[in-house]
Amino acid sequence: MGQVVLVTGVAGDLGRRFAAKLSGSADVDRVIGVDMVPPRGDLAEADFVRADIRNPVIAKIIVRERVDTVVHASVTSTPAAAGGRTSTKELNVIGTMQLLAACQQAPDVRKLVLKSSAAYYGASNRDPAMFTEGMSAKRQPAGGFAKDVIEVESYARGFARRRPDVAVTALRFANVIGPRITTGMTGYFRLPVIPTVLGFNPRLQFLHESDALAVLEHATLCDVVGTFNVAGDGVLTLAQAVRRLGRPTLPLPGFALPTFGSASRQTKVADFSPEQVAFLTYGRGLDTTRMRELLGFRPSFTSAQAFADFAASLRPGILAPARVRATESALVGALSPGKGERRG
Amino acid sequence: MSVVADAEIIPIGTRGKPGRGTGAGRPSSDSRALGARTGASDQPVDDRPVDDRSLDDRSLDDQPRDDEAARDTAPGRELEPEPPVQATAQPVTRPTRATRAPVTAKDRQPTDGIPPAELLDALTSAAQEQFGDNWEPRLAQFLAFLRRRLTGDFTVDDYGFDQEVTEKFLLAALRPLARKWFRIEVRGAENIPTEGGALVVSNHSGTIPLDGMMTAVSIRDHTGRFLRPLGADLLFRLPLIGDLARKGGATLACNEDAERMLRGGELVGVWPEGFKGIGKPFGERYKLQRFGRGGFVSAAIRTGVPIIPTSVVGAEEIYPLVGNIPSIARLLGVPYLPITPFFPLLGPLGLIPLPSKWLIEFGEPIRTDEYEGGAADDPMLVFNVTDQVRESIQQTLYTLLMRRKSVFS
Repeated sequence: MGQVVLVTGVAGDLGRRFAAKLSGSADVDRVIGVDMVPPRGDLAEADFVRADIRNPVIAKIIVRERVDTVVHASVTSTPAAAGGRTSTKELNVIGTMQLLAACQQAPDVRKLVLKSSAAYYGASNRDPAMFTEGMSAKRQPAGGFAKDVIEVESYARGFARRRPDVAVTALRFANVIGPRITTGMTGYFRLPVIPTVLGFNPRLQFLHESDALAVLEHATLCDVVGTFNVAGDGVLTLAQAVRRLGRPTLPLPGFALPTFGSASRQTKVADFSPEQVAFLTYGRGLDTTRMRELLGFRPSFTSAQAFADFAASLRPGILAPARVRATESALVGALSPGKGERRG
Repeated sequence: MSVVADAEIIPIGTRGKPGRGTGAGRPSSDSRALGARTGASDQPVDDRPVDDRSLDDRSLDDQPRDDEAARDTAPGRELEPEPPVQATAQPVTRPTRATRAPVTAKDRQPTDGIPPAELLDALTSAAQEQFGDNWEPRLAQFLAFLRRRLTGDFTVDDYGFDQEVTEKFLLAALRPLARKWFRIEVRGAENIPTEGGALVVSNHSGTIPLDGMMTAVSIRDHTGRFLRPLGADLLFRLPLIGDLARKGGATLACNEDAERMLRGGELVGVWPEGFKGIGKPFGERYKLQRFGRGGFVSAAIRTGVPIIPTSVVGAEEIYPLVGNIPSIARLLGVPYLPITPFFPLLGPLGLIPLPSKWLIEFGEPIRTDEYEGGAADDPMLVFNVTDQVRESIQQTLYTLLMRRKSVFS
């Protein structure tokens, strides 16, 4: 007998591709994708049910379809997708509450996989270099997506206490990046001129989109319980990342960036919320020892490789590595004959 | 008499030409319309240079000719006062002027810029000058380095440590300061293990943490290892400085990072006095402050690495802290705002550290690997080891002070 999996947030790119991928798995009988709007792409053999997770109808679906595994992948940081910060928060927090309430009533549910985010740890100058799963944000966020994530995870922990028979796995993703995905971070790196915080060079970690899908599938199919950081190996600094793209930067003082952000919010390309600015100031590192040793998952892309794959999908900037390399070899070539003349 | 009076009213430089204000109160339109009058006003000007020419006609070769030309035209204007003729009179002046050697800027400038071959030659000789005889591979190396930096083709570790920048810029910039300015004398470098984790614990002084940087340079030069300093959270809040600190291998002074680094086999540096030590008044120099809460000891015990007590003499005198402005410091969010004998009195000049003579001694390592598993959670033991380290540093400081002949030699 295979699993019956309910996937929330299939209108999002990651959720839809995960549902499609999972529906091809041999261990899974049925995949039901749920969202408020139909997915824009192919769902493969997964079924789509148009439902709002804030609505009690979700409980009926779970019971009627005899769902045993719930993958909650709709917690999102991009306000543009849901039409503003307020409704994003509503969807993230209230949606999770309702979904977990529905799961609590459903006798068949055996497993809950929560797609969480490393935004849980916030970003500040008091952060350790690497966060392990037991740590929490050094500076409690006043609002925004970071607060959503903290609340969502606390509901999940409460649910795990009330339903000890359900295996709850929370995955804290680093910034997901790749050629096909659209997040606040990819929007940021797609800007022609990249605004940075003057005098700061945060450490960034990336998770390739294929690894993000793979780890969700891995967590859905295996029986490991707990919270795990998920990120590619190694770190890149922001300056390094931007130089690899070959794009010019626009260093702005930290206090100016949110203003710039609110001006550019209309364009809905990049995210410059206060917590994103804090992230672009101090950066964040995740310790992934537990992911390797307990969850047994190894990402196939390192942070640098994931970023390189993303960068390859972009039009190279004016300072593209290829151009710099060509200039270098031209310079060396021009200077070498000079030596020959001198000798001759 | 009248000549003198006329000469006075003609401004220097205009040579009394029509159209220029002569200062005589005559309207300029009047002088433009009436050529005869302007000619009259020219006359006195001509008279004076004639006198000058008689004095020395060889040196002022140009000037007399100019005057001759002016004299040639002056009668012509007097005869025909109509403006059109004045215009024809002008071309007459030009050929007479052309008889002298023309002074133009045309010949002075190189016409086609610098030829590329010469430019290349200059570049190669500059490269030779800069990189020595073996300049070609060295220049290629330098260009490759520049390319790596520009394209982001370098690696940083989990803490943001950039070995290339640390080696080529930070340490290279600090080395002359350590050798020439402070003339650092290092003792006991053999006490630093050549590999594996170890915790360098040092006293802290000098208003700004130069002692940490100097310790890092000394360790690099004597053992070839990089010191990984643990810094206060304030450091990472400061723009540029926080970035440089991470590039130079620093990370936040917290138990998590200290243990992670020590487990990774790094040589970690810690200054447990913190701001209490670095910002203490000059009168309290070389008196160790409280050693925090002993967190560094529990980190060392948990990871079983040796503690190397390190004493730095000389840093206290680089910026003698004679005063503090707590109110402004609080406003700026910094622990203290220093007043030294030269800062802020001399402005930026006051930022030059005094060239005191430095002694750095790395003491006998204190082993922690013999303690049992739960020892790190035993506060009494941690306090005892902390005191042991503190006493060891304090005693060495006194010994070194006795040994030092004077502050500056």
